[in-house]
Amino acid sequence: MDIKVHVRESDDDAYVVELGGEIDVYTSPKVKDAITELIDQGHYNLVINLEKVRYIDSTGLGVLIGGLKRVREHGGSVNLVCTNPQIKKIFDITGLVKIFGIYDDEAGAKKALA
Amino acid sequence: MNAPEPSSDHLGTVELRIPSKPEWVAVARLAVAAIANRLPFSVEEIEDLKLAIAEACTMCIQQGPGSQTIDITCEAATAQLRVYVRDGRYRQRDDAGAKRPAVVAVDGEGLGIFLIQALMDDLTYSLDPQLGTELVMTKRVGA
Repeated sequence: MDIKVHVRESDDDAYVVELGGEIDVYTSPKVKDAITELIDQGHYNLVINLEKVRYIDSTGLGVLIGGLKRVREHGGSVNLVCTNPQIKKIFDITGLVKIFGIYDDEAGAKKALA
Repeated sequence: MNAPEPSSDHLGTVELRIPSKPEWVAVARLAVAAIANRLPFSVEEIEDLKLAIAEACTMCIQQGPGSQTIDITCEAATAQLRVYVRDGRYRQRDDAGAKRPAVVAVDGEGLGIFLIQALMDDLTYSLDPQLGTELVMTKRVGA
């Protein structure tokens, strides 16, 4: 099982967290660490790109929700990039589609942060 | 195990025991997917099963930190898969012939239970810090 986490600064003052692989009870702490580090550094506008994520469970959702709560305390936001139908379904049945901005591509997600 | 008697369409039972550690949950997930693949489930239904089993194992790890193992029993029938997920404490009670507690629901469960309920066709569970964790869930083909 693997998780890949790549963080990069975007040219419009947002940070992109690109994730790949499987996010579950074993790998989600690594995702949490990456998001927490960004927020601790004062970056409150985040795009989390899930395009290369094959699987996510409730612990992964919990990490995303925790990140969103923290950035909102500072007036920030988290937008997601997600095209995998199975993962979109999980956001749908949990009602998280109403909490996160979910976009088909990174450009749309970044534009919506502005 | 107090499972009901297998029906005539029972195809087989597979038992798996994994260490109660996060790094082993993926093994349970993939094993159950392989079993489900023997039945005429759609790809989407198998994905549902994988997530539900992983959520159940995660619950065993989080609810029963004293347990060393998780037992997963899959009963395959022609048109359904029933999966029992129990932490090791539950197994020990059964082995000793102890009377099993009634299946109880608890308040305050998180997204895990919610997801399993949404993805599976039937679910009963007991998340008791004293008596151990057990989830019994069924997925029917094409339901």
